[in-house]
Amino acid sequence: MAKPAPIQEAATSGTLSFQESDSTLVLRPSGRWSVESGIPSLSEVDRRLGGIRRIAFDTSSLESWDSSLLTFVTKLVELARAQGVDVDRSGLPSGVRRLIDLAEAVPERKDARRKDIDRPLIEDVGVATIKTVEETRSTLAFLGELVLAFGRFFTFRARYRAADLWLFVQEAGAKALPIVTLISFLSGVILSFVGAVQLRMFGGQIYVADLVAIGMTREMGALMTAVIMAGRTGAAFAAQLGTMKVTQEIDAFKAMGFEPMDFLVLPRVIALTAMMPLLTLYANLVGMLGGALIGIGMLDITPAAYYVETTKAITVTYVLLGLFKSLVYGAIIAFFGCLRGMTCGNSASAVGDATTSAVVSSIVVCVVANGIMAVLSYVLNI
Amino acid sequence: MMAGNGNKNGAAVITARDLTMAYGDFVVMRDLNFTVEQRDIFIIMGGSGSGKSTLLRHMIGLEEPAKGEIFYGEENFTRADEGERRRIMRRVGVLFQSGALWSSMTLSENIGLLLEANTHLNPAEIREVASLKLSLVGLKGFEDYYPSEISGGMQKRAGLARAMALDPIVLFFDEPSAGLDPISAHRLDELIVELRDSLGATIIVVTHEVASILAIGTNSIFLDAETRTITARGNPRELLARSDNPKIRAFLTRGQEPMEKQ
Ligand SMILES: Nc1ncnc2c1ncn2[C@@H]1O[C@H](COP(=O)(O)OP(=O)(O)OP(=O)(O)O)[C@@H](O)[C@H]1O
Ligand SMILES: [Mg+2]
Repeated sequence: MAKPAPIQEAATSGTLSFQESDSTLVLRPSGRWSVESGIPSLSEVDRRLGGIRRIAFDTSSLESWDSSLLTFVTKLVELARAQGVDVDRSGLPSGVRRLIDLAEAVPERKDARRKDIDRPLIEDVGVATIKTVEETRSTLAFLGELVLAFGRFFTFRARYRAADLWLFVQEAGAKALPIVTLISFLSGVILSFVGAVQLRMFGGQIYVADLVAIGMTREMGALMTAVIMAGRTGAAFAAQLGTMKVTQEIDAFKAMGFEPMDFLVLPRVIALTAMMPLLTLYANLVGMLGGALIGIGMLDITPAAYYVETTKAITVTYVLLGLFKSLVYGAIIAFFGCLRGMTCGNSASAVGDATTSAVVSSIVVCVVANGIMAVLSYVLNI
Repeated sequence: MMAGNGNKNGAAVITARDLTMAYGDFVVMRDLNFTVEQRDIFIIMGGSGSGKSTLLRHMIGLEEPAKGEIFYGEENFTRADEGERRRIMRRVGVLFQSGALWSSMTLSENIGLLLEANTHLNPAEIREVASLKLSLVGLKGFEDYYPSEISGGMQKRAGLARAMALDPIVLFFDEPSAGLDPISAHRLDELIVELRDSLGATIIVVTHEVASILAIGTNSIFLDAETRTITARGNPRELLARSDNPKIRAFLTRGQEPMEKQ
């Protein structure tokens, strides 16, 4: 009797031959059947089925077998059933028979099988469109719920833990200071270098101070902080909430009468949106320090001249514009972080996807928002 | 705070009418009808993937029925608005399959949060009540541990303590004894009976632990994944003694009386 194939045996492929007598087709698998050498196709059998009413097996020359034979026989049984042909399994090795019985013990749940294999392109387009529409709808629904939650917050009816809010304020504020310091200092240095190379050509080094001051306050301070916070805090929000979804913690909140929107989302959005302008103000200052270091150290501008030039360049409007932008960025980052977390799927990989998409969406939307605000401020002459 | 009220035995606590449950197009169970009565220990049985957890999620409002309704007493839970649902759920405790303790809070805070939100107790009293609940499940002394610092079985018990925080009159358990050692599982069974007797609570348990089903169940339904309906119902011990449904017999005898091949 044939034995299951030893694992390390070299794959000398098994073969399949046929013998027809009356209305019976005898299949004769022989040699070593192994998944490494592939599974014979059924078309050969299919072609011979005309006038056949019974399929039998002769395995006397079969040396060894594994899943390849099992798969072949299972497919064969299905084919035979579809064509109304009997399959006599008595000729199969008893191990094969038992495993096939096992595989057939629980009938397939027909509608459990995913149907999305081999779709025509047009269907793919349709499915993608529907998905986009649904995603837009769920984003808007989330926005609506968030607005309602803010309504409850401002009328003191929202229920959340003050301790949580405080924790997120620290998380999105003080704890972000080191990285914000580093990045904004370097932004100032880079701006200063870029400006110096150009301005030196016509002896206008002193205007480096203007470039750095205006660049940081109007654009770079807020934008660099936004990028940092999207990667740092937005991603953390998505991962935290997504994990809570997977571990049923969010279900527990709902089942026990807490509104997850108030309890989980609100403190995060408030904390991040409130901390962004503060971080940006700080980033502006550090950036200008970085610029000054280069201006004074390498471009031979005196500290006093650099200071005077800087104060001339900055206006309250620029600073306020930058802070307004940072407020918008903060809201965007917190929104997408929480949205992706709350709509996360139920697995570890879904948490990863939620985190990635939180960072990507928030940076993209921040840059788009920046573009819109740039046009607006040009039109409004700010 | 005693929840055992004057309702006589036999009043309907939860009723499902023509309940059909589906995820998208995938129908899990259709046209379920059953009643959970006061002081029942009501067992939801069925093979893996038959829809037990799904049914539980419908009964506590985490999923919406594709069709049909769920009533709590006389109140239509499915048609109720947010506020009414929250009021009904206020007296319902739930132990999730995975425990689902809030991981950012200590055990004591997990329980305390519910008390804080629903009672006028001061923080010291809240802590005392939380300690009491923890001691009921054998976790006295673990008040200041975070869920990640205790074992899976302990998390389950802590989840039970949280489910009991507000002296519920209805308690849901999803696989309470999964992940517990045999002695703890037995103690949990005793605790469930004790809760029913002392609080007058009605208890709904999703489980496939046959020993525990036979030990504590007073009523049951058996969800059959193949027909997608309830194929047996009643007191599990009587089902074992008298039912002639081969599937339920196989289930309750753990396959020692195999159902014949279809
Ligand atoms: N979120 C979901 N989306 C789609 N299908 C789901 C979802 N959750 C469960 N299902 C499907 O619903 C069916 C019932 O699942 P459910 O979790 O209720 O089973 P169960 O009876 O609790 O099983 P177990 O005893 O293994 O916990 C399964 O076939 C499952 O594939
Ligand atoms: Mg389950």
